Amino acid sequence: MFILKILFKNAFRHKLRTSLTVLGITIAVLAFGLLRTVVGAWYAGVEASSATRLVTRNAVSLVFFLPISYKEKIRQVPGVTEVGYSDWFGGVYKDEKNFFPNFATDAKTAIDLFPEFIIPPDQKTAFLRDRKGAVVGRKTAERFGWKLGDIVTLKGSIFPGNWEFVIRGIYRGAQKSTDETQFFFHWSYLNESLKKTAPYRADKVGWFLIGVKSPDVAPDVAVAIDKMFKNSLAETITETEKAFQLSFISMTEAIVVVIRLVSFIVIVIIMAVMANTMAMTVRERTGEYAIMKTLGFGGWHISGLIFGESLVISAIGCASGIALTFPAAKAFGDSLSQFFPVFIVARSTIYMDMAAGLIVATVAAVFPIWRAITLRIADGLRRIG
Amino acid sequence: MENKAPIVEVRNIYKSYRRGTQTVPVLDDITFDIEEGEFLALMGPSGSGKSTLLNLIAGIDKADSGTITVGGIEITSLSETELAGWRATNVGFIFQFYNLIPVLTAFENVELPLLLTGLSRSGRREHVDLALRAVSLSDRADHYPSQLSGGQQQRVAIARAIITDPTILVADEPTGDLDRYSAEEILDLMERLVHELGKTVIMVTHDPRAAGKAHIIKHLEKGVLNSDVHSENTL
Ligand SMILES: Nc1ncnc2c1ncn2[C@@H]1O[C@H](COP(=O)(O)OP(=O)(O)OP(=O)(O)O)[C@@H](O)[C@H]1O
Ligand SMILES: [Mg+2]
Repeated sequence: MFILKILFKNAFRHKLRTSLTVLGITIAVLAFGLLRTVVGAWYAGVEASSATRLVTRNAVSLVFFLPISYKEKIRQVPGVTEVGYSDWFGGVYKDEKNFFPNFATDAKTAIDLFPEFIIPPDQKTAFLRDRKGAVVGRKTAERFGWKLGDIVTLKGSIFPGNWEFVIRGIYRGAQKSTDETQFFFHWSYLNESLKKTAPYRADKVGWFLIGVKSPDVAPDVAVAIDKMFKNSLAETITETEKAFQLSFISMTEAIVVVIRLVSFIVIVIIMAVMANTMAMTVRERTGEYAIMKTLGFGGWHISGLIFGESLVISAIGCASGIALTFPAAKAFGDSLSQFFPVFIVARSTIYMDMAAGLIVATVAAVFPIWRAITLRIADGLRRIG
Repeated sequence: MENKAPIVEVRNIYKSYRRGTQTVPVLDDITFDIEEGEFLALMGPSGSGKSTLLNLIAGIDKADSGTITVGGIEITSLSETELAGWRATNVGFIFQFYNLIPVLTAFENVELPLLLTGLSRSGRREHVDLALRAVSLSDRADHYPSQLSGGQQQRVAIARAIITDPTILVADEPTGDLDRYSAEEILDLMERLVHELGKTVIMVTHDPRAAGKAHIIKHLEKGVLNSDVHSENTL
């Protein structure tokens, strides 16, 4: 009781200094939390990807296509349960900045292959029935205010022209980490029109999506598929969806490493700031600690007072930093949803915030405690007298 | 009282400070006794080692050699931790600059030493009330040091010093920072502690008027204690 009163009163004796330190910790914790959330968002696609789905793409590069005729051959490979296919459509809604991922896909299998996209059954039927039908994620639908039955026109960037779609379904993610920004429509719609306008581009797909019996057969299936198309016109690379996603991220790995590093540097900097505050504080209170020692209070009492004060300051900063992380992440996530479809503050980030707060408090208190404990009383008293 | 052992026995105390490569002797073979219930004033020029001697008797500094016995306990052979425990119950401190904890009220400042005892909350309250009444500050219990005058702060410090009913009270220039009127008040209070409560007080002072209140005045000069001067004690 008594001790708590001393701790809080001491902590706020120098109001401006303490407030600035608390503010610093708040910002550091907030920055740390947001940076870690960015890293998490980067990997969200990997985390959410399935181990029972394989992706087969052109061995040369993603921008090269594969013939649709591969579908039946892939289906023959033992262990394969389903084969779907997709094309990156790259359509633009009104303006470049309105980006969201959109695909032409083999509708029937796509729905089966992606159980994490939850579509009400009646919408599913409506989508399958409508040649121009499209399904869009909840976030993108909300972003543009699209409702079921709306007609949406996308301007093709890879496939020229204006393409008209009817929103037939709006999916929700089964998990928080599911991407709710995608837009997909019937590959056949795209293909039919290509047959008329650009026949050489017809009957080709960007990649095949393959469902396998179980995760453990996936490696063998992948090898079997690639072997099958060896020495053909379009050789393939087959990998798990996870690996496929990772290969995208590996291109940006360096950025992620830097962000991680910066997030820790922020903590180290605030540690120095906090250590400085505590050193100044304890130096000013040398006389008081000398008095307490004179009265018979021991090293443990003095350490407790100093560490407690450090902890009070750090805890307040840390708590407000954590409290601000959620609304900040929400605002951040909303405005960057086209880049980071999934932007959630992980529980582990909060634990790391707390651990950082504790470490900062401890490190900042160590040196002042050592000084206060080793202080000779007579010298401490002399300093006041 | 005559045949009782003295409450403080100082024997052959040497103390020097190291200043760079030089060793500066401060106390040079000091030997003397203080009887229980005595009011002793320690005088001498600045830098003569008065505070040093007082600190040694109060157990907050260590002598180079010699022994000091207080209330039958040879404190010069106690460890740092043992000394801390000993101080908590055996010594009451009064300093020139009152040295109260600014974030605590008068009441809490007086209560502070009792936190080291096993006393219950209500037990502590009782003691503190009593001590504050003794220094006539019951009505200022909830005031913070910054809300009190110098003399009042020193009275709070005296209440804090007597709260554990210590064996000896040590005071280092208790009136050094006070105006004459407040100083008089403090000295009267200390005198009452000696006369009414039978306390033993050792007081360092520059002020002849303050020393005049004491039973015995000792002069420290160049590290040596000269013969006792008995004050007339005009009360
Ligand atoms: N920690 C220390 N290191 C070095 N010298 C010290 C130390 N403490 C005291 N001294 C020296 O010892 C001598 C005695 O100091 P002390 O404080 O006991 O004197 P004093 O009689 O109380 O003086 P004053 O009347 O000014 O308070 C002084 O010369 C002082 O400079
Ligand atoms: Mg002195």
